[in-house]
Formats: sequence, structure tokens, C-alpha cells
Amino acid sequence: MTVEVRIPTILRTYTGGDKAVHGDGETLGGLIDNLETEHPGLRDRLLDDGDLRRFVNVYVNDEDVRFIGGLEAPVADGDQVVVLPAVAGGAPTA
Amino acid sequence: MLRIDQATYDAIVAHAKRDHPDEACGIVAGPEGSDRPQRLVEMVNAAGSPTFYEFDSTELLALYKDMWARDEGPVVVYHSHTATEAYPSRTDIGLAGEPGAHYVLVSTREHGNNEGPVEFRSYRIVDGEVTEEEVTVAPSEPEPRSVCA
Repeated sequence: MTVEVRIPTILRTYTGGDKAVHGDGETLGGLIDNLETEHPGLRDRLLDDGDLRRFVNVYVNDEDVRFIGGLEAPVADGDQVVVLPAVAGGAPTA
Repeated sequence: MLRIDQATYDAIVAHAKRDHPDEACGIVAGPEGSDRPQRLVEMVNAAGSPTFYEFDSTELLALYKDMWARDEGPVVVYHSHTATEAYPSRTDIGLAGEPGAHYVLVSTREHGNNEGPVEFRSYRIVDGEVTEEEVTVAPSEPEPRSVCA
């Protein structure tokens, strides 16, 4: 079971500069736990209070995981996971 | 310093004016590591809001996959403020996820959808720290022409 996970520039401090890392898991949540053992600190940048952060997008085989079960989304050998920070912001609130 | 060509500059300003009073947003891609903004990609503001912008998550993935296929990176990430100055808000700073990009802010508060000058400013945003930088607008290069032998 190996899943490739593409890491955005801003999180590459956790992967020694690598653009992609590999991990195992049956679900996205399991995969993130697995990645944490090799890349400590990464999980905290993806999760907040046990759920995916609002402004981090994660895709499994091009599907936004929010539409396929979030952390429960199944992953399988050969799947490709992409992590992208949201491009978002806004004006100061008065 | 941000160097940007006149045509791209004008297109960003036109996008901001067109979408006013909602915030407009997009990127200018360029060859990976080159710091040359070359290919403007206007994005839809999925938030459709005068005070917030967000790229749609599906369009965001498509944009990045396209850039990866072309060996490009996001050289400029731009958005507009429609009632306030062209300076990154606390939200802009907290959510800035591309440490290598120039963050361009355009303010349309003065003239809205109409003709007239806008504030056009550029910043680096790294680890919550904002540094404004000079913007140099260069004359647009002519379209490359193919030569028939």
C-alpha cells in the first residue's frame, strides 16, 4: 500500500524540501497519521481539532475530499493525493 | 521588486474594475523559479463577495496541475479590495500560502467600475511578515511571431 502525496511549497519544511512523499493508510486520516511518523509537524498543518483545516485543500485522485468523506475518504495503493493551501483572503472588516 | 509588463498590469486592473464591487482574484504564472510573470489567469471569486475572495477548490487544483504540466509557478497572486486600501488585511496575511509569490493588491475604492487610476501595490508575505516592494511596469513585448522558412 503506497500513496503518493504531493506537498505544497509552504509545507516542504516538513519534508526536507521534497515535493512529494509516500505513505500508507486505508483512509485519508490514517494516511495523515502515517505521514506524521516520518514528517513530524505535518499533521498539525493539515488538521485543526481533529478535522481538516478550512483553508487547506486535499484531493484524492482529483476529488476534493470534502465531497468524499473528509478524513474518512478511502485511499488505496497507487492513489494520488494532492495538498494545496487555499488561495483566499479578504478586506479588513470595519 | 516586481517587474510586470504593461499588458498584464492593464489586464489585472481591468479585471478588478469589471468585478467591482466584488473582489477580483487571479494569478500570473511564470516559468518555475524565473520570477517572470507571463501568463495571466483570471479566477472566479467563489466567495462572490465585496470583502472576501477564494479560488474555487476544483478550479484551484486544475490551475496547479496546468502549471505543473508547463513547469510554471504562481509568480503573482492578485486580488482587489473594493472599499479599502491596497494593503494586505490580517486575513490576507494569515492565509498567504505561497511564500515565493508577489502578492498584488489593487484597490478600486476610488473609481469602482469606471475609468480612473487605481492603487496597485505589491508585497511579499512570508511567515506572517509583510514587506512592500517596488512595482516596475515594463513595456509589453511584442507577440512572438513564427517565421516561415
